[in-house]
Amino acid sequence: MIQYAAILLMMIGLYGLLTNRNVIKIIVSLNVLEIGLNIFIISIGFIYDGIAPILTSTNNSSGLIFVDPLPQALVLTAIVIGVGTTALGLAIVKSIYSKYKTLEIDEMEEA
Amino acid sequence: MKKLLAFALTIGLGVLIIFALDANTSFDDFGYADLSERVSSRYITKDSTADIIFGVTQDPESGAANIVTSIVVDYRSFDTLGEVTVLFISALGVSLLLGSAVTQKRLSLDFKPNFMLRVASRALFGIIIMTGVYIILHGHLTPGGGFPGGTMIASAMLLLYLADDQFRAKIKSFKILEGVAGSLYVVIGLVGLVLGTYFLQNFLPNGTVGDLLSSGIIPIVYILIGLKVGSEISGVIDNFLTEEVEQ
Repeated sequence: MIQYAAILLMMIGLYGLLTNRNVIKIIVSLNVLEIGLNIFIISIGFIYDGIAPILTSTNNSSGLIFVDPLPQALVLTAIVIGVGTTALGLAIVKSIYSKYKTLEIDEMEEA
Repeated sequence: MKKLLAFALTIGLGVLIIFALDANTSFDDFGYADLSERVSSRYITKDSTADIIFGVTQDPESGAANIVTSIVVDYRSFDTLGEVTVLFISALGVSLLLGSAVTQKRLSLDFKPNFMLRVASRALFGIIIMTGVYIILHGHLTPGGGFPGGTMIASAMLLLYLADDQFRAKIKSFKILEGVAGSLYVVIGLVGLVLGTYFLQNFLPNGTVGDLLSSGIIPIVYILIGLKVGSEISGVIDNFLTEEVEQ
């Protein structure tokens, strides 16, 4: 069920990317797409009754059933890259705004 | 019309993805993933045939009790080096686009922060930094590590920026810290290459699983990542909260 929700979130983000003409809204759509994708990748590794892949004093053996740790490691990477691209995108938006005094792509023709 | 087209396209793509994955027999159903057919089982059991026991097993292949950390900073450490580089490049791009930090003045706040706000934010600053350092140091034992801990340190800087209209971080020392931490990461990798056989090899003893001082170079690398991420994101925050001085 949560995989359908993740794909729905991805599609909402894609729809926003295709239809929005405001630069900030485009970046927000990109982030929604990314969150949907991250949830989907994590959901691939889920196992019913699996525990978090961390050995502790109560769950102390590697013979227990863990959820898949590899998607979590990959999503950790993806989140950090997402932060970097969002920061760069917002910096571009800030310099666009200081040049054109607008955030709408359609109003940016002159000047 | 354009919106209708976009709607049809996204619905079509979503249905295509769902049906393609549903019909694919090698894609596991939700909640029934088979780890024995995936590379992850190697990451959990390491190279030993016996189970790895918390607090007992000595010197396994990768000693972090947090299996995600042992993937991120040990098995796939080269990936993480690339990831840190991407973050560095994006921070560099932000400071290129928004102007150099030295000639700029910080944005003024719309309100005058009173005495209580400034003192309380200074007190909170210490607690947030302490939590961030704890998260970084225990990255190989508990959830967390260099990336969340570094972001916490940066959020403490953001708190000071928002709560005090005079505050300005010393961005130059952040840049130095960032460069030193990034270079040390590469140097540690090269030491592994010289002492062992491959780049970023874990050349220190792994110790007992679950100890604070265990798992070789993983805590050292995570501390470096934490410093680097913290100073980088603080630099990005400073770039967004400053502007050119009007001549």
